[in-house]
Amino acid sequence: MYQYDKYDNQMLAERVTQFRDQTERYLAGKLSDPEFLPLRLQNGLYIQRLAPMLRVAIPYGLLSSNQLRKLAFIAKHFDKGYGHFTTRQNIQFNWPELEDVPDILAHLAEVEMHAIQTSGNCIRNTTTDQYAGVAADELEDSRPFCEAIRQWSTFHPEFAFLPRKFKIAVCGTKIDQAATQVHDIGVYLIKNSNGEVGFRILAGGGLGRTPVIGQEIFEFVEKRHLLTALESILRVYNRLGRRDNKYKARIKILVRETGIEKFRSLVIQEWSQIRDGAQTLTEEEINHCKSFFVDPFYIKKEDAPEALTAALKNDVLFSNWYQRNVSEHKKSGYAIVTACLKETGVAPGDVTDIQLNYLAELADEYSFGEVRISHHQNVVFADVQQSELYAFWKKLKTKSLASMNLGLLTDMICCPGGDFCALANAKSIPIAESLQRKFDDIDELKNIGNLRINISGCMNACGHHHVGNIGILGVDKKGEEFYQVSLGGSSQNEASIGKIIGPSFAQDEIPVVVKKIVEVYKNSRQNEEAFLDTYRRIGIKPFKEKVYAKAD
Amino acid sequence: MQKLIKNGQLTQDYWTILREATGPEVLQAVPGKSFIVPLKFWKLYQGDLADYDGDVAIWLDSDENVNDIGPELERFSLVALNFPIFSDGRPYTNARELRECLKYGGEIRAIGDVLRDQLYYMSQCGFNAFDLRSDQNPENCLTAFADFSTSYQATISEPSPLFRRR
Repeated sequence: MYQYDKYDNQMLAERVTQFRDQTERYLAGKLSDPEFLPLRLQNGLYIQRLAPMLRVAIPYGLLSSNQLRKLAFIAKHFDKGYGHFTTRQNIQFNWPELEDVPDILAHLAEVEMHAIQTSGNCIRNTTTDQYAGVAADELEDSRPFCEAIRQWSTFHPEFAFLPRKFKIAVCGTKIDQAATQVHDIGVYLIKNSNGEVGFRILAGGGLGRTPVIGQEIFEFVEKRHLLTALESILRVYNRLGRRDNKYKARIKILVRETGIEKFRSLVIQEWSQIRDGAQTLTEEEINHCKSFFVDPFYIKKEDAPEALTAALKNDVLFSNWYQRNVSEHKKSGYAIVTACLKETGVAPGDVTDIQLNYLAELADEYSFGEVRISHHQNVVFADVQQSELYAFWKKLKTKSLASMNLGLLTDMICCPGGDFCALANAKSIPIAESLQRKFDDIDELKNIGNLRINISGCMNACGHHHVGNIGILGVDKKGEEFYQVSLGGSSQNEASIGKIIGPSFAQDEIPVVVKKIVEVYKNSRQNEEAFLDTYRRIGIKPFKEKVYAKAD
Repeated sequence: MQKLIKNGQLTQDYWTILREATGPEVLQAVPGKSFIVPLKFWKLYQGDLADYDGDVAIWLDSDENVNDIGPELERFSLVALNFPIFSDGRPYTNARELRECLKYGGEIRAIGDVLRDQLYYMSQCGFNAFDLRSDQNPENCLTAFADFSTSYQATISEPSPLFRRR
């Protein structure tokens, strides 16, 4: 992974000093609330319902074991013993004291971590596929380009006060696991007709109140032009994005109101002024970035070793877990393992300090000392030897890290919701739990197959409900919490926004409603058809009829 | 106390900002002054202002675009960019375009809601003069330019991005 040099370390130290001074001035009454607001947000600090919340950046989801241990330390000493992995590959701490935050940031800086630009109207943490660099279906590793974008976007002086937040995702795999099309900018690594690898760049995607799939701005951009292309989009947005209404301030609204053709021509015009400028990536810089993401020292190994096949035959629980949570690796003899943080009764994405320390230990022992956080709020071990999988699984089990529901109905995305978040209209964690309790039979879950349920506690859509196959959104109806259900969303290659099924439901109705939706699917599916495909074939009507039928 | 920082130093300010004006007679009433007038005002009355016996510069609000100044840009020794509120990010782009694309070499002055904690980024985008909001401590503001020792990006003060300097 990327290693800081003296420049990175120096700037990070300077940032900690700067924020310490700003916090002191605020606490001394020398900075007003509105003036301190964007400063604390751009250092990851929210004021929440019960306490401040600190969001720590995990650049493109990559963590070393040392960093995991530091996060465990922070969870233990400055929080109540846990953290929460988010849908943008970050981690949040829900209980720090404002006065402690500069100290926490200093601790993070020791392991080259920070909370910079994890919030506020600026360019946020760039995200990517959690299997980058090891996926069997990858065109090229996206991480070196994520790192180039990280550096370019960090402390960018021109874009610290954008109309609204700005999120970039990069995808280098055939199957898009990064929800690339619902980002303000989505970057796909592609090969053009000459066989040259470059980027296809979309803009104007996003979730929130107005969910939109991004549209193409650049059909093909050579690698060296990546940063100037991004800069030209940002510049048009900074200048023209709406600032009169925060709900209409995202780039998706600008693209829609301007029209894609006009918007594209404005970007191209801007680009023509800067495209061969100093920010043009050099061959050396691309290679420099790539040098941090070379393959670890893989041992030559065969696929499907005896140790694995025997264990799969003899241990049905292991076999169940293996089928769901282990993915194909580009190197023979290795596997990608996802530890699913969706144990029933635990808020999705929550992780304790003990688990964090244990993840670090396992990473050191089995996966070259690194893990990745996925946007589905799980933890990925990218390089586990197949012959070690059985032992590895047994160890995961000892710390409740071996849920075998990856990609299944109970592997939900869920925001912290009304239990923690000041913005939420409704709770979301209890909804997730009620569904996990309703669907507690692993055989039935496997029978249902791949099904994404995403839950948000308000229309800001942190739980990505618009792109859940089943989306659940908390709404406020005269002071009571209700839930709106939508169907057919997807954040994958054929991305789509879910359609609302009808009037919203009370909290205790949700498990029954989901059960009915699943029944319609099971009765209508053809062969191996997944939920989303059945939905796309038969439409919303049969689901609607079943869910709102007078008597069952 | 001086509230203008120019090129890293507190400086006497001899310009007067004309925030609003009805017509060119306003200027003629006080000859020999140095006025920063709104871009729109200048566009309307540049004929009348041509024979004014003082200096005239322009200021743009955050919703105006420096590319609209046109070929007259060269005649101004100063262009001021207004921050109606410190969190309005548009003047950063305007300053940068003035320097980078329009090759403007004169003074770019930040006016309006100009606060200590934004000075560093402003300076990176090409501002070299800062008309501080009246409650700001000028001595404290002078330290803002040293908040960071370098930057990742190509900026106006460091035209080479870090990756070309490493």
